[in-house]
Amino acid sequence: MRPETEGQLAEIVAGLSEPVRIVGGGTRGVAGPGTELSVAGLSGIELYEPGALTLVAKAGTPVAEIEAALATEGQRLAFEPMDHRGLMGTDGAPTIGGVVAANISGPRRVQAGACRDFLLGVRYVDGMGQVIKNGGRVMKNVTGYDLVKLMAGSWGTLGVLTEVSLKVLPMAEAEETLLVAVDGTAQAVEAMSAALGSPFEVSGAAYDPGAGHVLLRVEGFAGSVAYRVEQLRGVVGGFGPVSMADNSAGLWRSIRDVTAFHGQDGDVWRISVKPSDAPALASQLGADGLLFDWGGGLIWALVPAGTDLRTKMGDVSGHMTLVRGAGQAKFQPEPAPVALISAQLRQRFDPRGLFNPGLMG
Amino acid sequence: MEMPTPNATVLARKARLVERLQRVLPEDAVIHDEAETRAYECDALTAYKCPPMLAVLPASTQEVSDVLRICHEEGVPVVPRGSGTSLAGGALPTADCVILGVARMNDVLETDYANRIIRVQSGRTNLSVTGVVEEEDFFYAPDPSSQLACAIAGNVAMNSGGAHCLKYGVTTNNLLGVTMVMMDGTVVEIGGAHLDAGGLDLLGVICGSEGQLGVVTEATLRILRKPEGARPVLIAFDDNEVAGHCVSDIIKSGILPVAIEFMDTLCIQACENFAKAGYPDCHALLIVEVEGSEAEIDYQLSKIVEIAKRHNPVELRESQSADESAKIWLGRKSAFGAMGQMNDYMCLDGTIPVSSLPMVLRRIGELSEQYGLPVGNVFHAGDGNMHPLILFDANKPGDLELCEEFGAEILKLCVDAGGCLTGEHGVGVEKRDLMLHQYTAEDLEAQMAVKDVFDPAWLLNPAKVFPLSVTEARREAKIAAE
Repeated sequence: MRPETEGQLAEIVAGLSEPVRIVGGGTRGVAGPGTELSVAGLSGIELYEPGALTLVAKAGTPVAEIEAALATEGQRLAFEPMDHRGLMGTDGAPTIGGVVAANISGPRRVQAGACRDFLLGVRYVDGMGQVIKNGGRVMKNVTGYDLVKLMAGSWGTLGVLTEVSLKVLPMAEAEETLLVAVDGTAQAVEAMSAALGSPFEVSGAAYDPGAGHVLLRVEGFAGSVAYRVEQLRGVVGGFGPVSMADNSAGLWRSIRDVTAFHGQDGDVWRISVKPSDAPALASQLGADGLLFDWGGGLIWALVPAGTDLRTKMGDVSGHMTLVRGAGQAKFQPEPAPVALISAQLRQRFDPRGLFNPGLMG
Repeated sequence: MEMPTPNATVLARKARLVERLQRVLPEDAVIHDEAETRAYECDALTAYKCPPMLAVLPASTQEVSDVLRICHEEGVPVVPRGSGTSLAGGALPTADCVILGVARMNDVLETDYANRIIRVQSGRTNLSVTGVVEEEDFFYAPDPSSQLACAIAGNVAMNSGGAHCLKYGVTTNNLLGVTMVMMDGTVVEIGGAHLDAGGLDLLGVICGSEGQLGVVTEATLRILRKPEGARPVLIAFDDNEVAGHCVSDIIKSGILPVAIEFMDTLCIQACENFAKAGYPDCHALLIVEVEGSEAEIDYQLSKIVEIAKRHNPVELRESQSADESAKIWLGRKSAFGAMGQMNDYMCLDGTIPVSSLPMVLRRIGELSEQYGLPVGNVFHAGDGNMHPLILFDANKPGDLELCEEFGAEILKLCVDAGGCLTGEHGVGVEKRDLMLHQYTAEDLEAQMAVKDVFDPAWLLNPAKVFPLSVTEARREAKIAAE
């Protein structure tokens, strides 16, 4: 099923009697029962006002098309959405609806915010086939409940997105990345905390244990970047030798897309914790590969297929998502009262259990 | 303001309720004397008043849980209250309700600079959160004008903003987790010190739900390192439209100022008379503030000045010192007080796409003539959040009603221009009945479905957010069930 308009999509949903698997570009590896319902036919940028930092697009619009349009005005999606194709071994064109449905954010999330923080409004078709809108296209909006946030990261289980409205930001004139050679994860997290706790606006803080260095990104006007790089040298110099990367943009693309795990066998987990909890937890994962982003708050772990990593979580609070792999719950099981709320919300938004059933619980 | 008829059955249970509440709370935390409950009869939207049946002041999550469980069992509506600074009537009581004030819960539970978070009890005031971390040069970013008084509980409920949210976002962008008590007394933990949700983003829908989904007792907030410095530039124009274009050009240039504030003729004059800030005689005034090191500030301000000059400003005043900065901000910060000295006023907060600014200001001017009530405009231009202040005379019969009617027209205009009814104050009771202008009945039904899940009996903060006509069926079903 591949509707071309929101109206057709609503009609299809109203007439459904079996579950569907909702797909945008099909790049993020959402598996599940049911016929494929593609949103790719709902495509196109509907409004772009660079002076208001806002863009509205149909859900099936390719991310590449949006990024190209923004680039002509020197703007970008500041939350730096990851491209899952290399990690998941998929092809196709990632769509903006998919990005929003999965709340996909990259390294800049630690400074600029997540996809959900840039989402101003949505239109979606609920499980009854009704078209619902929430939010709008203005940056400040507290009119009624914020279903916009609820839809972001709901992986299609509450409704099929048809249109999203986003806040965009100016591209940086310049960027530089400092590399700090560190001795182990604990020291790496300390160095990243020091940098993120400085006034020098670090827009990326990652640790690549393979390379043995912390990466710290600074973006902005050229003069400002040069100044802040010098200041940061002072902040992190005590942790180890500091050098400058010669391919900043490329390095951050590979962190964003977890290039280190591409083509490697095993399950891939994405773990969100308090940064200071990361070193001890990571050491217990028995991982074949690790990558730390968000100042240590995001751990990417490559483990042998079928490993139940959640048993290693212990008392650490946070969540683990099985990004690549099968046979286990993809999302972190929730405590009973929270799980009940989530289940009841899904029941109200999609009473017939049509949308990606079982995906989130 | 139409409110539902108080439930006689509930009112009749007052004595029993007091007795039950006194068993779980200290004696002075249950306020039932009519003279004392009057202190809770309104919030900052003082046009509407109604003393509650009771007020309680719990001091812990456990006490909040006990109170809610009892009220749930007795079928009594509960109106949560932070510091009572809502401009939208978000904490307006009903005659048959219990006011649950969180003012006694103001402890700091954890300060963690390495992970850049602070965990506080929700009764703590916004500014005092920054007060705790200031000595380490950190701050909590959302800065509503009422930040000296307003509580984090209310900030979370209303998803409060402030002048600096163009760069730092509003409450929802700075809130990492909450401890929340559901209406039946169940305590839930949503989010925490880590980023993003592992499942549905419940925190995202709790923030801004105006106290209708649960009572937040603790919050984990993101704290940030203070910038090295900040300085504003004042730019004066003789035309609103030109000022609007200037704002748009600044934003397009790649600079992200931390604040862009806009004031129109009436506001400028009022502020000048009131605060003697030395503002130029002009029709539109912009205050643009940037942050960073001295050199970074200089660079950004020079770019802004260069852009502004292309629009032929009447005056350009780049601050060179802390004194000059304070003077530039002085007028803006006293805008509400200045307008208040002229007359009673009603403050709106619709948001519009920045591009429709000239059209909306023109139309507001026309409506002002038509209604015969003056309007001053002061607003956060970077994000389109308007604050038209309508002047009226509360002692003149019919003036308040006229003002409300005029206000409703302005808010509808904001929606029609592609914006919304409220950018940061919330719907409360004030804009409740305008919701159908922005949303369809189906859109509102989707929001109310969330309320059904969290608070099936619809006891929390009744008669707010949704038009009474839309909630009628649910309210009648509740009464029938009793």
